[in-house]
Amino acid sequence: MTRAKAKTQRLVLLSLAVGAVLVAVFLGMSAMSSQASLFYAPGDVQKMGLPLDRAVRIGGMVKTGSLERLPDGVTIKFIVHDETTSTIPVRFTGIVPNLFREGSGMVAEGRFEPDGTFVATEILAKHDENYMTPQLAGQNMHKSESLE
Amino acid sequence: MIAEAGLAALWFAAALSLLQMGLGWAAVRPGNDNLLRLVRPLAVAQGLLAGISFLALIWLFLETDLSVKLVVANSHSDKPWLYKFAGAWGNHEGSMLLWVTVLAVAGGAVALLERKLRKDTLIGTLAAQATISLGFYAFLLFASNPFERSPVIPIDGQGLNPLLQDPGLAFHPPTLYFGYVGISVAFSFAVGALVTRDVGRDFAQAMRPWVLGAWIFLTLGITAGSYWAYYELGWGGWWFWDPVENASLMPWLAATALLHSVTVLATRDALRAWTVMLAVVAFSMSMIGTFLVRSGILTSVHAFAVDPQRGSFILMLLCLYIGGALALFALRVSTVREGAPFRVVSREGSLVLNNLLLTIILCLVMLGTLYPLLTEAFGTKISVGPPWFNTVSAPFALLLVIFMGMGPLLKWRKDDGNKLLKRVAVPLLLGAATALLIVIVAPDVHLLPMLGLAVAVPVALMSLMPLVGRNLRRTPLIIWGMVAAHFGIAMSLAGMASESAFSKEVLVSARPGQVSEIGPFTVRFDGAEPVAGQNWTAIAGRMTVRRGEGEEFVMLPEARMFSDPVTATSEAAIETHWDGQLYTVIGEPDGQGAWQLRLWWKPAVTLIWFGGSLVAIGGLLALLGRVMRRRSARKSVTDEAEGVPGREALA
Repeated sequence: MTRAKAKTQRLVLLSLAVGAVLVAVFLGMSAMSSQASLFYAPGDVQKMGLPLDRAVRIGGMVKTGSLERLPDGVTIKFIVHDETTSTIPVRFTGIVPNLFREGSGMVAEGRFEPDGTFVATEILAKHDENYMTPQLAGQNMHKSESLE
Repeated sequence: MIAEAGLAALWFAAALSLLQMGLGWAAVRPGNDNLLRLVRPLAVAQGLLAGISFLALIWLFLETDLSVKLVVANSHSDKPWLYKFAGAWGNHEGSMLLWVTVLAVAGGAVALLERKLRKDTLIGTLAAQATISLGFYAFLLFASNPFERSPVIPIDGQGLNPLLQDPGLAFHPPTLYFGYVGISVAFSFAVGALVTRDVGRDFAQAMRPWVLGAWIFLTLGITAGSYWAYYELGWGGWWFWDPVENASLMPWLAATALLHSVTVLATRDALRAWTVMLAVVAFSMSMIGTFLVRSGILTSVHAFAVDPQRGSFILMLLCLYIGGALALFALRVSTVREGAPFRVVSREGSLVLNNLLLTIILCLVMLGTLYPLLTEAFGTKISVGPPWFNTVSAPFALLLVIFMGMGPLLKWRKDDGNKLLKRVAVPLLLGAATALLIVIVAPDVHLLPMLGLAVAVPVALMSLMPLVGRNLRRTPLIIWGMVAAHFGIAMSLAGMASESAFSKEVLVSARPGQVSEIGPFTVRFDGAEPVAGQNWTAIAGRMTVRRGEGEEFVMLPEARMFSDPVTATSEAAIETHWDGQLYTVIGEPDGQGAWQLRLWWKPAVTLIWFGGSLVAIGGLLALLGRVMRRRSARKSVTDEAEGVPGREALA
């Protein structure tokens, strides 16, 4: 009698555990489409159009000579390019990471404005010279081109 | 010489682990403990040898022995000694050696200290531990030799990443590893008990202190790592949902679930198969974390090198061990008898709920961490960041914390739901009042931080309630431990919620003499001045700060430039008050006399880490209580054997 009861209990617990995992995966996946941010390289914007409705990440090289500071002292503008001819103008208010400089790779999180300007909420820091986000790694852009 | 000695010790340790594994598996049979006298000293000797090898590496770093490749690549003679010392594990090979050393030392400690576990199961446990060690010795010796000599001896080393040049490096990785790798003991216990069909109460009671020990270190390591990232990176954040952070969070979630299910098994002999499964899962999470961090699949400050061969090696080990343990589980689960039945409303029921919620959160964190890797394999690059993690995990985490407050108020086996509701009515009303207050006073606070505070306040109160009606002097340490740990969680949650609800942030381009207001503070920028340290120079922004009508104090955030390797870092200046922290960072000059300054006022932010530390302290109290209880139990057994009336007889 108790043995049978224990068996039922084990079955109930097992189905609870499986259910919990399924619920987690289902909720996680359905939130993925609205909360995860897609990654755009300058070339992708041309191909896929401007994603205006959501936060995205962009990545590429900061074009040499494009970095300028706006009169408020805390906002900067620069242009991001890649091996294609496309570029993205970026605006950012804040303190940039230590390893952010012209001619170097960068990744930023933020939104596009209808005119194509990317307003960054965050510029992701590189932890050191060898660090690059996985997205940049494939593009062979981790090496500084300032030595040219 | 030292390098060769270290390498030799490592080879010896590997040979011993092979012997320990062979003998152990050959001897392990239910009821047979013949070879324990051999296996035990082997495990201890293996732990000692691995320790010697690790000490040899530290020696090489302290000496800055430039004939060793690893030292050349990661050290420099000008470095302060603390960073030479800690630099030994601030790189791939060294940190893997630390990993293996902890694994071997943990195995040695089990051999030396474990007296409660059935002897045949202990043989199985030590054999399993040696099997894991052997794989990772092979990884070190064949793919990541830390003692490799360099072909030419350079004039000096290349130095250590300046972000790692911080006292945090001396503390955070060893602590984290003791927890991370220490959980391997639970894995080996589970494997041993499956082999000898020993899954039951005694097994759980033997395993519990080891799980607790590893969990304490893991908690401390995560807390320390979070504070380190907070003050060192200068971004003002304390958790980024970075994959490497998740890699430490996943074993913690699994270990927390295990800690609670092992208690059910030890006390009530229920949840047998589930506990064994969790022990396997917990260490699997550690290995997956190691794979993610060390394989180069993810790149971050924790991934020191990118080398696909190493990645596939760890992946192979990972599949072998996790797959092997799961296969054993599948084969033997039918021999694990069902545990004792219980009602839904009971202490067991609440702990099952705790385990289910922790499992859901664990799955979500794992999904968010691995999903970008999966999609990238199919060509879509996405990033899963804080918005996703916060949205999906917060509801479950909040539920978990609420039930954490209620669970200890329930009786084992069965209890009355209405009684529980009566007991927690006051705290629940208090929570509702908190929510209402926040909505009225600060209507622009977001939903999650508001809920966080509305949960933290009542749960802090509830977590103290197990003490009500007890004689505090005679309350066992174990109860104090639980109360402290649960209170710590509520405290930490309050800190997180308050930080995200009430933080103030100001970004200015300031000229000398300019005054800014932030929260209750007035900050006057007095100008920038040069300063220098042993291997860096810096520009420090001098700020004179005043809180209301209080006394003035000076804050000096720095923008540092390190030599060897040449790297810029920013050092935040942080002023701690009883109710929060003022966090200041200096950015770049605009070339016309103004400097960028970023100021944050973060109310109650320190509660996050005080809470985390309290959780670890709670674990420590519980561990002490367990060890003392075990010792007095053993004493009363020997007393009885000697004819002295034992405690039970006197009681």
